[in-house]
Amino acid sequence: MNDQLTPLLRVRDLQVGFDLPGGELLAVNKVSFQVRAGTTVALVGESGSGKSVVSQAIMGLLPPTAQIRNGSILFADDRKKGTITDIARLHRDGKAMRQIRGGQISLIFQEPMTSLSPLHTVGNQIREALELHRNVSGREAQELTEDMLRMVGFPDPARALRTYPFELSGGLRQRAMISMALICRPSLLIADEPTTALDVTIQAQILKLMKDLQAELGMAVLMITHDLGVVANMADDVVVMYRGRVMESGTREQLFRDPQHPYLKALMAAVPRFNMEPGERLVPIREIKSETGHLLAPTESDKAPVDSKKPILKVENLSKCFTIRQGAWLSSDESKVYALDDVSFEVLPGECLGLVGESGCGKTTLSKTIMRALTPDQGAVTYADQDGEIDVLGLDGDRLTDFRQKLQFVFQDPFSSLNPRMTVFDIVSEPLVIHGIGDDAYRREMVSELMKLVGLDARHLNRYPHSFSGGQRQRIGIARSLALKPRMLICDEPVSALDVSIQAQVLNLLKDLQEQLNLTYLFISHNLAVVDYIADRIAVMCAGRLVELAPREELFRNPVHPYTKALLRAVPDPSLDNPLDFESVMDSRCSIPSEWPAPFTVSEETHPRLIDLGDGHFVRADESALTLRLAS
Amino acid sequence: MLTYLARRILIMVPTLIAISIITFIIIQLPPGDYLTTMINEMQSQGENVDQSKIDALRAQYGLDRPMYVQYFHWATGLLQGDYGYSFEYQLPVADVVGDRVFLTFVLNFATIIFIWVVAFPIGIYSATNQYSLGDYGLTFLGFIGLATPNFLLALILLYLANIWFGTSIGGMMDPKYLDQPWSGEKVMSVLEHLWVPVVVIGTSGTAAMIRRLRANLLDELQKQYVVTARAKGLHPFKALMKYPLRMSLNPFIADIGNMLPQVISGSAVVAMVLSLPTTGPMLIGALQSQDMYLAGSFLMFLALLTVIGMFISDLLLAVLDPRIRLGGGTNR
Repeated sequence: MNDQLTPLLRVRDLQVGFDLPGGELLAVNKVSFQVRAGTTVALVGESGSGKSVVSQAIMGLLPPTAQIRNGSILFADDRKKGTITDIARLHRDGKAMRQIRGGQISLIFQEPMTSLSPLHTVGNQIREALELHRNVSGREAQELTEDMLRMVGFPDPARALRTYPFELSGGLRQRAMISMALICRPSLLIADEPTTALDVTIQAQILKLMKDLQAELGMAVLMITHDLGVVANMADDVVVMYRGRVMESGTREQLFRDPQHPYLKALMAAVPRFNMEPGERLVPIREIKSETGHLLAPTESDKAPVDSKKPILKVENLSKCFTIRQGAWLSSDESKVYALDDVSFEVLPGECLGLVGESGCGKTTLSKTIMRALTPDQGAVTYADQDGEIDVLGLDGDRLTDFRQKLQFVFQDPFSSLNPRMTVFDIVSEPLVIHGIGDDAYRREMVSELMKLVGLDARHLNRYPHSFSGGQRQRIGIARSLALKPRMLICDEPVSALDVSIQAQVLNLLKDLQEQLNLTYLFISHNLAVVDYIADRIAVMCAGRLVELAPREELFRNPVHPYTKALLRAVPDPSLDNPLDFESVMDSRCSIPSEWPAPFTVSEETHPRLIDLGDGHFVRADESALTLRLAS
Repeated sequence: MLTYLARRILIMVPTLIAISIITFIIIQLPPGDYLTTMINEMQSQGENVDQSKIDALRAQYGLDRPMYVQYFHWATGLLQGDYGYSFEYQLPVADVVGDRVFLTFVLNFATIIFIWVVAFPIGIYSATNQYSLGDYGLTFLGFIGLATPNFLLALILLYLANIWFGTSIGGMMDPKYLDQPWSGEKVMSVLEHLWVPVVVIGTSGTAAMIRRLRANLLDELQKQYVVTARAKGLHPFKALMKYPLRMSLNPFIADIGNMLPQVISGSAVVAMVLSLPTTGPMLIGALQSQDMYLAGSFLMFLALLTVIGMFISDLLLAVLDPRIRLGGGTNR
C-alpha cells in the first residue's frame, strides 16, 4: 500500500462537456475530490447531478459526444510505485487506458440483469477479465475464477462457471458482476449505484460483501449513490454533487453531524427516517402547493358519517398460483409457484394500509387481483361504502366499469404509464371520457382543477409527457387516477422510480390529498422507511403470504415474525447513530418460508395461520407453538 | 432434447401434407388442363386437332379422372420418389429439373455469400460510426441498391461485361460449352458469367441486410453489457465482435429457413432477363402451361426445403442462444 499522503486517485478541476445540438452542456464543472487507498468515498447526488459522468471519465468510458474540457484525473498506481498517470490525458481506447481499465480500476453497475451478456456463461465473462490483464494458463484462470466466485458467496462455484446470467437471481448476478470486477484485484473499485435495483435484504448482503472484500483485498471504493442510508453505512468520505458541481465534501462524520451547505441540509430533510416525530413532515427541496377547487371538494354525501370500523376493502383468503415451465427444450417440467397464498386483510375507510415485501413476494399480483386484472384461484374481495357492498370478483360488464370509479390505481413507472402520443389534457381527461362523465366544459374545468390539485400549471395541458420530469409525470398519473373522484387508491410503488427529493414531494402530496379528499390508500412499497412515513398500518408479505400485520409503531417497536425482523435490520438508516448490523445480516434464508424457525415454519406439514396478538397485531404462526413461546 | 427433435419432425408431416393439397388445388384452379392449353395453342396456329387423339391422351395421363384420384396418384408417386411426368418437356420431372437445380444452387449460394461478405463489414461500420460521413454515404448507396430495378441493372452489367471483358451475353456459360461434359474450362466460363447475376441479385439483398444489421447492432451497442466488456479493458473491436455482434445475429440465423428455398427458386425475373438456365423461369413456364406435375412437384420440393430450413434455423438458434435453449418460459 502507498503511504496515506499520496492519494490513490486525485480528481482536480474536472470539466466534462457534452456536445449537444443546442450547444455545449457542462455536465461536470470544476469537480475536485480525492480517494485514499483502501477507503470508501461516496459520491452523492440526484439523477442528472453528473455523478455517473465523473465515474465514466475516470474509467475512460465517456460517450463519444462527451469530452474532458479541463482538469486532471491523477491515478497513483500502487503496483508501479511512484508513477502517477493522468487519466484525463490518456487516449480513451489506447493500450495504457485499457490496462488501467479492469486491471487497476474496475466498475460495477446498477442493473445486474443487463450488465452481463446473456449469451456467454458467467465463467467465460469473468475469466475474460482475468486473461486480459494477467498472464495465466487456461487451467489457472479456471481455478482463479472459481476461487473468486466462492469468495463472493456462490454456493457451488464450479457449477456457477457454467451458468448463464439469466439463470441467476438479481443478487447472485450482482455477485457475479462483483467477482468479475475484482478478479484482477484492482486498487480502486467504482460502484455505480450497486444496490439500487436490489431488495433491501439482498442490498444488505451485497453491502456486507463489498465491505468484507474491501478489507480483504485492501482496495479503495468510489461509491456512486443517491441513497443516504447506504452512504451512512459504507463511506469514509462523502462528496455531494448537484448540477455538475461539488456542493460539499468531507468526512462522513462532518457531513452527517454538521451539514453546511443548504443543498445537503435539504437533501437530509427530504429522506424518510425511522425515528421521525409523530406528525413530522418531510421537507422536499421544492415544495408544491396543492389546491382543491369546487368540483373536487368533498360533497355532503362524502362527509356523511362513515362507520370507521367497517372496512372499505376486505380481502379474504385470496390465493393465486402460477405454473412455471422450466427445463431445456420445452420439455414439460412444470412447477407451481404460489404468488398469493391465503391472503386476508381489511382496509378501513380513511386509513393508509402499507404493504411491504421484496420483489417477487406477490404484492403486485395482489394489487392486480384487486383491480381485476388477474383472476385468483380462490378467495373473495369485498368493497363497501355508503352505496352498499360490492363483491368485486363477481362483477362483470357494466357493473365492473362502474366499480372502477370507486377504486383507482397509481403506477410505479411514471415513464411507461403515460402514453407519449397523448397530451396531458387527453391523458387526465381520458377516464372521464371512458366513463362518459360530464360535457366538454365540465371536463376542461375538472382537468385544470386536477392539475392545480397536484401542483402543476394548468397552462401546460397541451404539452406531451416527455416535456415533464419524472416527478411531474408521477403527479400527472396521480391526477389521472383522481379524475373519477375515487374513494380509494391503490399505489403500487409510486415513488420507487423517483429521486429522494422528488420522492418527498410526491409522498407529501399523497398525504395532503388523503386529507383533503378523504381518500383511502393501499400503499405498496419495498421501502420500509417510505411506508413508515405514510402508512397507518403495515402489512408485511413474503413468498405470497401475509406474515405480519400491525399498526405502524407496533410493527417497528415489536416485530414478531423473523422475516419482519430481518427486513427491519436490513434497511440502512441515513444517520450515523443506527448503523447496519452487518454481522446479523443473514444469507437469503430469511425469505424462504420453510427455513423460518419453529412456530413460523411453512412447509408440507405446518400451515400457520394469522394469529391475533391483540391491539390489531397479527402474525402468521402456528398457534399452539406460539402461545407456548410467548408465555415462556 | 430428443423428444423435442422427434416432435418437430413429426409436426413436419401434417404440414407437408397440407401444403401438398393446397398446392395441387391451386394448380388445378384455372379452367382446363395442360391438354386444353395445348389445343388452344395448336388451333391458334391453324392446326386441326383430332378429338379422339386428345381423348386418348387425356385417358393416358389420367386427366379425365376426378381431382382427388389425380391427387392420390401424384402424392403416392411423390412418396416413392416418382415426381411425375412433364407434358411440356416430354420427360420425367426429375430429369427436367435435375440439370437446372445444380446451376441454380451455385448461382444463389454465391449470391448469399456475396451478400454476407459485403453487407457485414458495411453494416458494422455504419452502426459503429453512426451519422458519420461514411455512414451517410453507404446508406445512400444502399438505398440506390434497393431502389434500382434488378432487370435494369442486369442489362447494364451485361452490356458492360460484354464490351469490357468480352463475356457472351446471357446464360451461365459460353454457348459453346452447352451440353458439353464438365471440364476446367467450362467451370471457368461459368465463373466468368456468374458475377453479373450474383451482383444483380445481390444488390438489393445486400442493401436490405446492411439496414437490418445496422439497426440490430445499434440497439445492442446501447446495452450495458457492452460497457461492461469495455470496462474490463477489452479492446473495443474485440468487444464488438464478441458481444453485440453475436447478439445481433439471431435474426439472420432465423432467416436461414427462408433462404434455403430461395437458393433454389429465387430471382426468377432476373434469370429470365439474363436467360439463365435456372429453375425460376422453368417454374413460371410450367405454371403458365399448366404442366401440373412439373409445377406441383417443384413447389412441393420448395415447401420441403422451407420446412427443413425452418427446422435447421430453430436448431441453430437453440445451439447459439442459451436463452432459447434453457429459458423455456421461466419468466414470470
